[in-house]
Amino acid sequence: MNANNFAIEVEGLGKRYRIGLKEERHENLAAALVDFIKSPLRNYRQYRSLYDFSDISPEQMDEESDDVIWPLKNISFNVHEGEVVGVIGRNGAGKSTLLKILSKITPPTVGEVRLKGRISSLLEVGTGFHNELTGRENVYLNGTILGMRKREVDRKFDQIVEFSGVEKFLDTPVKRYSSGMRVRLAFAVSAHLEPEILIIDEVLAVGDADFQRKCLDKMQDVGQEGRTVLFVSHNMNAITRLCGRVILLEGGRVVMDGPAHDVVSHYMSSGAGLSPEKVWPDLDTAPGDQVVRVVGVRVRSEDGQIRRWADIHKPIVIEMEYEVLEGGHDFATYYNIFNEEGVKICTSIDRNSGWHNRPRPVGRYISRVQIPRDLLNEGLIFITPVIKNMRSKLRHFYMREAVGIQVVEGVKDETDKSGFAVNLGGIIKPNWPWETDYLSDKERKNAAV
Amino acid sequence: MNTTVEHTNITILRPPGRWEFIDFKELKDYRDLLWSMVWRSIKVLYAQTIMGLGWAILNPFIQIILFSVIFGKIAKLPTDGVPYVLFSTVAVIPWTYMSQAMTQSSQSLISGQLMLGKIYFPRLIFPLTPVLAKLVDFAVSLLLLVAIMIYYQVAPNWNLIFLPFFVLLMVTIPAGVGMFLSAFAVRFRDVKHAMPFAISLLVYTAPIMYSASSIPADYRIWYSLNPVVAVIEGYRACLLGTPLEWAYIVPGTVTAIILLLVGALYFRRMERVFVDVL
Repeated sequence: MNANNFAIEVEGLGKRYRIGLKEERHENLAAALVDFIKSPLRNYRQYRSLYDFSDISPEQMDEESDDVIWPLKNISFNVHEGEVVGVIGRNGAGKSTLLKILSKITPPTVGEVRLKGRISSLLEVGTGFHNELTGRENVYLNGTILGMRKREVDRKFDQIVEFSGVEKFLDTPVKRYSSGMRVRLAFAVSAHLEPEILIIDEVLAVGDADFQRKCLDKMQDVGQEGRTVLFVSHNMNAITRLCGRVILLEGGRVVMDGPAHDVVSHYMSSGAGLSPEKVWPDLDTAPGDQVVRVVGVRVRSEDGQIRRWADIHKPIVIEMEYEVLEGGHDFATYYNIFNEEGVKICTSIDRNSGWHNRPRPVGRYISRVQIPRDLLNEGLIFITPVIKNMRSKLRHFYMREAVGIQVVEGVKDETDKSGFAVNLGGIIKPNWPWETDYLSDKERKNAAV
Repeated sequence: MNTTVEHTNITILRPPGRWEFIDFKELKDYRDLLWSMVWRSIKVLYAQTIMGLGWAILNPFIQIILFSVIFGKIAKLPTDGVPYVLFSTVAVIPWTYMSQAMTQSSQSLISGQLMLGKIYFPRLIFPLTPVLAKLVDFAVSLLLLVAIMIYYQVAPNWNLIFLPFFVLLMVTIPAGVGMFLSAFAVRFRDVKHAMPFAISLLVYTAPIMYSASSIPADYRIWYSLNPVVAVIEGYRACLLGTPLEWAYIVPGTVTAIILLLVGALYFRRMERVFVDVL
């Protein structure tokens, strides 16, 4: 045994990727043809360069060139045995890269990690589940994929099945399961791993509310059993509830490491995290210029409350309060809305409030826009508010991702069998009206040409 | 499970060196997973089919009939006195295994890429799974072989004791090729397009439809560097009692071993960039 009791030691960890592979465009057919003939050789060089870093030394970590990125730069931290540590940060902060290195999915470019004991990661539940196999077979398959021995699965099989609550369908192929059952079974397998170190990434986003609570409880148990847990999530409530200590990543570096409450509140208030409201009570220092200054941007739920989350099935209101200091200007006020991957969902411009193309007198304004229910998908959304001068095209106010909230799929009542709580992917999740008509024989004949 | 032993286990993750060989200890730790994956691929392959494992017989059977009609009856290729059906059966059955295992193994990382990015287990399990899973098909198709041997009333002689060696040799070829090509295919998807073509070429480079004795003696050494030649010749000798021609077998065996080593080394070398490049 080592003298220290660290379960995880991370020292000077860095990871480098080449993004490369830009497609070239051609002006004419001849150029394209010549290029096509030369392409096998060029393609070979290009693909080779993806993993060949011999032209870059580790010291160049700070120099971001066009095609080389460092999602992790010189990360160091230790985790004691039995500690439950949260890892937070915005997308692109390096969280997933860190987890991928710790769970051996990808090796580090520089630095070293020392892990004491067996490590398991729940980067995604249900990896390796196969539709054609029965529930029972999938438990064994998934269990062994997660690093269990067959004997271990044998031993825990009854517990797993009980936890999942799909006893009756054990010998049914998983393809006949509802998505809820599938997720429950998959999580049940993962939850019964007994590694010394457990890495969890955002598994709480699955299942119904009841099952989520079960998962949280299970994870709390895991922490209390003296196991070391590294927990990555956007869910600040879960983080503060489960973790004693939190590490905040930003731009591939550790920017804060300390008691959960301190780090989370720093993260939330610093703008690094989600905040549903920003206010600048002092007009002189408020952002903007001598023409217009913004004193507040906020996201309200349907009931007017300012919360960090909003229900997918309820409308939300984005509100900007500003003071026009110099009259006579025409403004375009708009919001750019991004999802957590940085993909722009849309831009919403004030065109119909009556102030479009109309010079504004000096005074206080509040511009509100309502995002209808059943439009946004689950996840984080960030709002970039802009006030632009219609004539000079100058931006008086612009604040990148000033506010943001988490959009969640609300708890559905038992009677709702629409199955809409499934994660369908995509940027939006609208609930459009569908019509499906059943045609009688006669109607069919008439419909046929 | 002995947790006290596990507890003192320290894993060190650091930038990988340039060349590493297979970590057999780790592979051993994950042997249950290998069996699960093999089981999965067998089960999934024949899910929702009417014939099920019958395909393992039907596939080579149709090929044997085809070869027997075209090369036995029409072209009348010499077979050193063996009935053509029998002659081609002993070759088609191991060949079917090798070609199918090679094709699947070479695509194993591409088809498993979803899993690859989400969880760690020894990556070698990917190319090895089809190599093992196809052995089940092979075992089933041996029934066909036995039936045909009974029909022609051919009994193997003492050469049969060498059969395990040739079965092993037969497995090393797709294992070596599979490891190499699956790693190669991660970056160069050309493999997928080249594979069917390469397999159909390979049929002609081995004595599957014709007899090895029809190769001019001057070229014999070059010809027999092909490990498939060694396997096919070995099967014929073991099962039909034709003389064991070591001159055909030794060079191919050497190639097969080199192939296995090169495949394993290359796979291990590329392993660390799979996830980053896929």
